[in-house]
Amino acid sequence: MIREPLIFEISDKGKRAFRLPKLDIKAKKHIFEGLAIRDEIADFPQVSEVEVVRHFTRLSQQNYCVDLGIYPLGSCTMKYNPKVNEKVAALDGFAQSHPLAPADMVQGNLEIIKLVEDYLGEIAGMDAFTLQPSAGAQGELAGMMLIHACHEARGNPRKIVLIPDSAHGTNPSSAHLCGYTVQEIKSNENGTVDLEDLAQRMTEDVAALMVTNPNTLGVFEYDICKIAEIVHAKGGFVYMDGANMNALTGICRPGDMGVDVIHINLHKTFATPHGGGGPGSGPVGVKVILEPYLPIPRVEKKDGAYVLNFDRPKSIGRVRSFHGNFLVIVRALAYILSLGPDGIREIAEMAVLNANYIRKSLENDYHLKYTTPTLHECVFSDKVQKDHGVSNLDIAKRLIDLGVHPPTMSFPLIVHGALMIEPTETESRRDLDMFIEAMKQIAREAKEDPGILKSAPHQSYVRRLDETAAARHPIVKWERE
Amino acid sequence: MSYIALSDQDKKEMLARVGVSSVDELYGCLPEEIKLKRRLNLPEALSEPELIRRFEDLAASNTYPDHISFLGAGIYRHFIPTVVDYLSSRGEFVTPYTPYQPEVSQGTLQVIFEYQTLICQLTGMDISNASLYDGAMAAAEAVLMASRLNNKPKILVARSLHPQYRETIRTYIKNMGVRIEEIEFGDCGGIKTADLMSKLDQDTSAVLLQSPNFFGVVEDLKKFADLAHEHQALFIVAVAEAASFGVLEAPGKFGADVVCGEAQSFGITPSFGGPFLGFMGCKKEHLRQLPGRIAGQTKDVDGKRGFVLTLSTREQHIRREKATSNICTNQALCALRATMYLETLGHDGLREMAVQNMQKAVYAAEKLGKIEGVKARFEGRFFNEFVLEFPGDVGRINDGLQAKGIVGGLDLKGFYPELVNCALFCVTEVHTKKEIDRLASILKKVHR
Repeated sequence: MIREPLIFEISDKGKRAFRLPKLDIKAKKHIFEGLAIRDEIADFPQVSEVEVVRHFTRLSQQNYCVDLGIYPLGSCTMKYNPKVNEKVAALDGFAQSHPLAPADMVQGNLEIIKLVEDYLGEIAGMDAFTLQPSAGAQGELAGMMLIHACHEARGNPRKIVLIPDSAHGTNPSSAHLCGYTVQEIKSNENGTVDLEDLAQRMTEDVAALMVTNPNTLGVFEYDICKIAEIVHAKGGFVYMDGANMNALTGICRPGDMGVDVIHINLHKTFATPHGGGGPGSGPVGVKVILEPYLPIPRVEKKDGAYVLNFDRPKSIGRVRSFHGNFLVIVRALAYILSLGPDGIREIAEMAVLNANYIRKSLENDYHLKYTTPTLHECVFSDKVQKDHGVSNLDIAKRLIDLGVHPPTMSFPLIVHGALMIEPTETESRRDLDMFIEAMKQIAREAKEDPGILKSAPHQSYVRRLDETAAARHPIVKWERE
Repeated sequence: MSYIALSDQDKKEMLARVGVSSVDELYGCLPEEIKLKRRLNLPEALSEPELIRRFEDLAASNTYPDHISFLGAGIYRHFIPTVVDYLSSRGEFVTPYTPYQPEVSQGTLQVIFEYQTLICQLTGMDISNASLYDGAMAAAEAVLMASRLNNKPKILVARSLHPQYRETIRTYIKNMGVRIEEIEFGDCGGIKTADLMSKLDQDTSAVLLQSPNFFGVVEDLKKFADLAHEHQALFIVAVAEAASFGVLEAPGKFGADVVCGEAQSFGITPSFGGPFLGFMGCKKEHLRQLPGRIAGQTKDVDGKRGFVLTLSTREQHIRREKATSNICTNQALCALRATMYLETLGHDGLREMAVQNMQKAVYAAEKLGKIEGVKARFEGRFFNEFVLEFPGDVGRINDGLQAKGIVGGLDLKGFYPELVNCALFCVTEVHTKKEIDRLASILKKVHR
């Protein structure tokens, strides 16, 4: 494969890939007088158009992606991203519209926001949604702020948030940003919330429990209603991290299990592409009691037209500018409308079938710490392979050689050497079998030829990279030598 | 439409292997009483042609894009070269996850590394992160970063910072033990120096101002950086119109400690407000407090150069509640578009674009300012936005413009009650002389 230099290394003075029309007014020199003007931007790229195109085309070829094959990252829901959704989101009516335009000129956009809020409300069983948060973590922050504001209005914002030890790292981090102290809840032998531990810690100092359901092991919290009762009895709220909503759509609704606040990741459950790390969108749904605190503005319908309501005195304010990652929301609406009620239910059903098919197929090859039934994902570990000196990292890197993307590694923290597998509903049998076969081959190699695993990957554009050196001596930009 | 890739036969065989007779059985681990006993109340599924028609109808009920618009205020219309759309829509860029497995993500990682370099070159900062959600959140993160760095309780924020950025900062700091005081703007449209001086003290964690500010006015960064530093406060510059970097000196040159803001102008459509591109750069001594992902250079076992996500001990997946920020998913694809845009425009193209913005905005301001009864509200020099004061209500004037196919300047009284009869106009390189002249001639008729 051609090794692609950095753009700065192929830059030549005077080259350009773009030209504007000539200025159609008379240029005036004096407009720059007295201002700190820069004459040049040192080392800024100068390349031709064909060089730009080849640069990025070659770089693109160094990426694995969903369009290439199975991407079974646990808790990430890397499903197929429908192409028609890209097409509709790019329509000028959406892409060229300005959020500060008068409401009567953007009725289509406001209708989209209202529709998605309503549809997510129906799917999650919540009374109201805000689409403003930019991603899951910002949804968590907004959700916890709603809880804080509501407790505060009742006279005491409280101090503590309870979070199971299997939770995503964003949960404690978001709770902390809200000024809360985090206390961990132990998982029991099934990998679910330990009710006794919860009951003991649940005091009137506790603002909320943040729970992921199904949790990061893929296990459904069977006692979710009891959990909610314990939390509610002491005046706390139940916050659900909806990262794993893909297991539940159309099957059951968080709002029907005592959940008061939930965030959903449109870039997971609702098939908007991950884009190499974003943009996402993290809508937050609430029960009616928390509705007055939602971020401003709210889209409302008045006399047949959509309007923006800023007059919400209890609102927590804004968590970002404008109306959130709107074009991501457009894609999610396209997805909901193309699937309909049966298709939405089919998401969950087939995600759970695919995950259980993988689990069953690999249970004799890899160790499963928790044997509790799982839904849309399963978490194996490297315990068996460790006997041969092979770690989950070696397994992951060898999978790259075999043409599939590795699962999520070393998470959740309660499973040592974790390999967290979530195939999603859109994988074909052929791709599932390819992944299973690759995993089985690696299990064999671990016994027979562990060296090949420890030196993997062998086939990739670069081989195993020194991450320790990168952190110890950070080089985070290009500089002329 | 369904995106399921399993045949009925596949499903049957897979269920058999799992050892259950139906998918329902796999949901046996849920309590019966919480299961939904009905179909979801959603519209029936649409085919692709129906779906496209539905969205074309929705798009058509947005009449805004059919108008010539002079709205800016944090969102800017700039020409986007064709190669940006063409290259950024490749599935290899659109459909991967965060590059946690660097060996199969070198494309994304190298792009982030180039993006970080470009942001450093433009801002004059030593380091940049891989992106934040938007300018407002970047400003809020900058404030939190400052308070972590020096543990002081007070942040001075220019009232000429974008109103939505200020609102977002207030939301973010509410429970973090930091308070905000606003610095007034003067007749020039820039910060009132005396007001800043009277509020600066040893409790001041940082001074945050925007330049060009919300009114388009370019601030005297050198003066305010020195004032902040005299009081051991950090100096944070927010930039909402990143195109200005093409012609205005980098804030880092004047001693800014953090430069943050919105880079939507770099190849990202207005998009009704998102997804956009929050950026943030800082001095290298603050590296460990910078929020968000960072890509770094390293070597593989054969000694070849490669890139990885690095310094992740700052981040939530390692540090949990002790992380510098809760951000996980960022705006990677927007950062990719910005990288493509900047590399396509290149040194000369970016500068030419920025200069045209200034020239056309000055032309428009002078032309509109000559209309009887209309005058510039501020004396300060501006980049591509300016505030005009009218003899009457802006809402009524804008109605008149709208009837002629023009969206006028942003009515400011909703954001600044003291700025009655004032509107913020934005002119970029995409506006033609003809359009500006047309605005002037219609304005002449409708403003009284």
